[in-house]
Amino acid sequence: MPRLHSAAELEELRAGILSGRDPEKPCIAVCAGAACHGLDSGTVVSAFEEQVRKLGLGAKVDIRATGCHGFCEKGPNVVISPGEICYFEVKPEDVPDIVAHTVKGEVLDRLLYTRPDTGQKAVHLDEVPFYKQQTRLLIGDNPRIDPTRIEDYLALGGYAALSKALFEMSPDQVLDEVKKANLRGRGGGGFPAGLKWETAKNAPGEDKYVIVNGHEGEPGAFMDRALFTGNPHKVLEGLIIGAYAIGSHRGFIYTRHDSPQLIKHIEIALAQAEEYGLLGEDILGSGFNLWVELHFDVGIFVSGESSALMRSIEGNPPEPRPKYIRTSVSGIWDKPSNLNNVETWANVPQIISRGAEWYTSIGTERSKGTKLISLSGHVANSGVVEVPMGTPLRTIVYDIGGGVPGGKPAKAVHLGGPMGGSIPERLIDTPLDFDELAKLGAPIGAGGLLVMDDETDMVEVARYLLDFLTNEACGKCVPCREGMRQMLKILTNITKGKGKSGDIGRLEDLSDVTGVACLCALGKTAPDPLRSMLRYFRDEYEARIAGGSDAK
Amino acid sequence: MSEVLLQIDGKAVKAAEGMTVLQAARLAGIAIPTLCDHPKLEPYGVCRICTVEVEVRGRKNYVVSCLYPVAPDLVVRTRSEKVDKIRRVIVEELLAHAPNSPELMNLAQEYGADRDRFEKEPSFCILCGLCVRYCAEIKEKNAVGFIERGARREIRFIPEIAAKECWDCQECFALCPTSAAQAAYFLIEALAFPSARKAASDSA
Amino acid sequence: MGDDKIDRIIDKHRGKPGSLIHALMEIQHENHWVPRDVLRRVAEALDVPFSRVLQIATVYKTFSLTPKGRHEVHVCTGMSCHLRGAARLLDAVQRLIGIKPGETDAESRFSLETGSCLGSCSLGPEIIVDGKHHGRMTPAKAEDVLKRYR
Repeated sequence: MPRLHSAAELEELRAGILSGRDPEKPCIAVCAGAACHGLDSGTVVSAFEEQVRKLGLGAKVDIRATGCHGFCEKGPNVVISPGEICYFEVKPEDVPDIVAHTVKGEVLDRLLYTRPDTGQKAVHLDEVPFYKQQTRLLIGDNPRIDPTRIEDYLALGGYAALSKALFEMSPDQVLDEVKKANLRGRGGGGFPAGLKWETAKNAPGEDKYVIVNGHEGEPGAFMDRALFTGNPHKVLEGLIIGAYAIGSHRGFIYTRHDSPQLIKHIEIALAQAEEYGLLGEDILGSGFNLWVELHFDVGIFVSGESSALMRSIEGNPPEPRPKYIRTSVSGIWDKPSNLNNVETWANVPQIISRGAEWYTSIGTERSKGTKLISLSGHVANSGVVEVPMGTPLRTIVYDIGGGVPGGKPAKAVHLGGPMGGSIPERLIDTPLDFDELAKLGAPIGAGGLLVMDDETDMVEVARYLLDFLTNEACGKCVPCREGMRQMLKILTNITKGKGKSGDIGRLEDLSDVTGVACLCALGKTAPDPLRSMLRYFRDEYEARIAGGSDAK
Repeated sequence: MSEVLLQIDGKAVKAAEGMTVLQAARLAGIAIPTLCDHPKLEPYGVCRICTVEVEVRGRKNYVVSCLYPVAPDLVVRTRSEKVDKIRRVIVEELLAHAPNSPELMNLAQEYGADRDRFEKEPSFCILCGLCVRYCAEIKEKNAVGFIERGARREIRFIPEIAAKECWDCQECFALCPTSAAQAAYFLIEALAFPSARKAASDSA
Repeated sequence: MGDDKIDRIIDKHRGKPGSLIHALMEIQHENHWVPRDVLRRVAEALDVPFSRVLQIATVYKTFSLTPKGRHEVHVCTGMSCHLRGAARLLDAVQRLIGIKPGETDAESRFSLETGSCLGSCSLGPEIIVDGKHHGRMTPAKAEDVLKRYR
């Protein structure tokens, strides 16, 4: 495959790929994302391939193993195009029927989605309640792409944004567009990406680095892995555009070491992009160079924190630095380093292609665009959801999520993992917005949304989250190590009916000090879930303490 | 080295660029408590008791003075309701491990800490790191180090090295605010090389 | 695994204290555990204090300082799995195998680990044995699953 040396060559290649594809030829896309894979979708893929081979139907139907479709609860997922006909809970035994129906252009009724309340069936993706209310700008391409084939990404218009940036815009113009779009970090900070880029760009020094934070350590968050594993090129394209804007020629992708499929897909994507001249030296003949390397963590939550991650890339243990040393100015090897989350980078190509004005038309006044949400816990339709910012949580939990299984009432939802907070069901109409939710003490964080039913023990939830952090903390500083130790002791006693009077006062004092005096953000945010509990579920705590072993 | 003018507790202080707030405070005769700090060792910043309030461009922050660099026009308060509360709770958390440590008891008195506030766990070590850092930076033997993480973090004498080095040195014992270092050494000696001392004195 | 594979890894990183974590990860990946004498050799070859190597080896749970069993059982303790009953599942698995997380049983049949979050929350609570997911587990189902592994 000869390297592409111009925008025109890229478009020629794209046209060639498209002309070789028949849009009417049926394609069976089987989800090979984490949950579906765990439900053995790999066997389903093999069964499809075997069936097509056996019946000699290669000219009549394509089989494609894709990344996460999103509706994890109902996997293994299969989508037939054209028409986006959705089949759920597909087993290898279903394969002959699906193939037979698909080549005839017919729909296999028994595998369609059925609404549990009305019995109504949905045929096409946009009729399925789970998908209907989503705006799948980022994840929507997953069923259309084999992550190991760059041609699939190119067929959907991939790398056109990069071409536009390199040939029709200056680095400053690209930066301006991202600033105007008000793209805010999707990893948990919500910090304006454009401003971060600008700081790195203006920092003194020739060597600047760009980094994809693919660590995703927040328990209950799986959308970054779903997006990155399923569409690595989208993230890569965003990274290259950002590097161009900032003036960086070296990029790093950082993931967990325990995600073999993700690592494999990234390696393939990097190799293919380089092969095509979309990465490496003289990208698309523009004169711009960027080399990207892949690094993985050593297996600890804190390596998702920017400064710790950068230490890890250097080969050092992932230990965070104080925040007043800004990594955009002094990061990896003390050089200006711009780190952004997977989802943040993935937003960049569309901002360049369709413009900041279009982007800002989605979302709320200060939270623009869409957000990926990992919906799980006590929810009927768990999976990866993508909605515009400003969408009420009620829509996500009930209309998309189908509420709590069995129709039980929800008690609370939790956002932000161990650094976030829970809000009670009565606040479920709150819009998905960085600032609105932060005000309520339940910041969006990375986007994991846990639904909790009416039997959930809110003292236990706080205890669980502190326990998680206790296992992940380095243990160096007193207010974190000892603060968490004592908070955990008190909460454990309360859950066992051994609460004592003065416990809440002690918990509040510990929270106050830990929240302010710790060395890093892990310690400082550790008391936040507990704070939200005392804000909204205080009476439950008081009752447990007062009731001793009689309560619950 | 250029001069930096800052304010500590309302007092104008002239410090040198590159100094920490703790060093500047000491220059000005203002005392800030410390537990993990030592004149011969690199500042460690883990006990957090030297926390002070700093104001930069109107924004208040709580930082450890042993590490925070002086800056022009920095406003520092070494005592305040919040700072005192931070110190009090830290001392209470440490007293849960070492209720009889003289250093901790002095701090307890100054900051009104209650020895019995939190559930006790008699591990004694407050993980100030003075022994580990002294052995690494001054003696360059690394006979004692940290292992494990989080609440399981502890100091551990390395038998292979301690058996040869520690009995004739013992310098870290005097640094320890709670006598945990000695205890940790004797524990490892008893478990891993109980006859070494006797053998050495027999052959002497 | 022969000593020569470990030797080669150590030689590759010889004299490079900054490569400590990479060296240990490679050894763990190849050997499934890192014996104490290997840690000593790494310390010497990479010119890192032995106490520092021990610290790194005990802080990061990816490194196992004891040999692993034939089968690695992982019970996910992520938040969604927790809400869906992972604690009870973990109790059951601990009773069935007779060990706690981080341990290996006496016959070296199973090693047990907990941790989060593997990204397949819709399958919770789950146990993963040798990389294979067993989702939507109950204590009873767990017994059946573990029986299959000798």
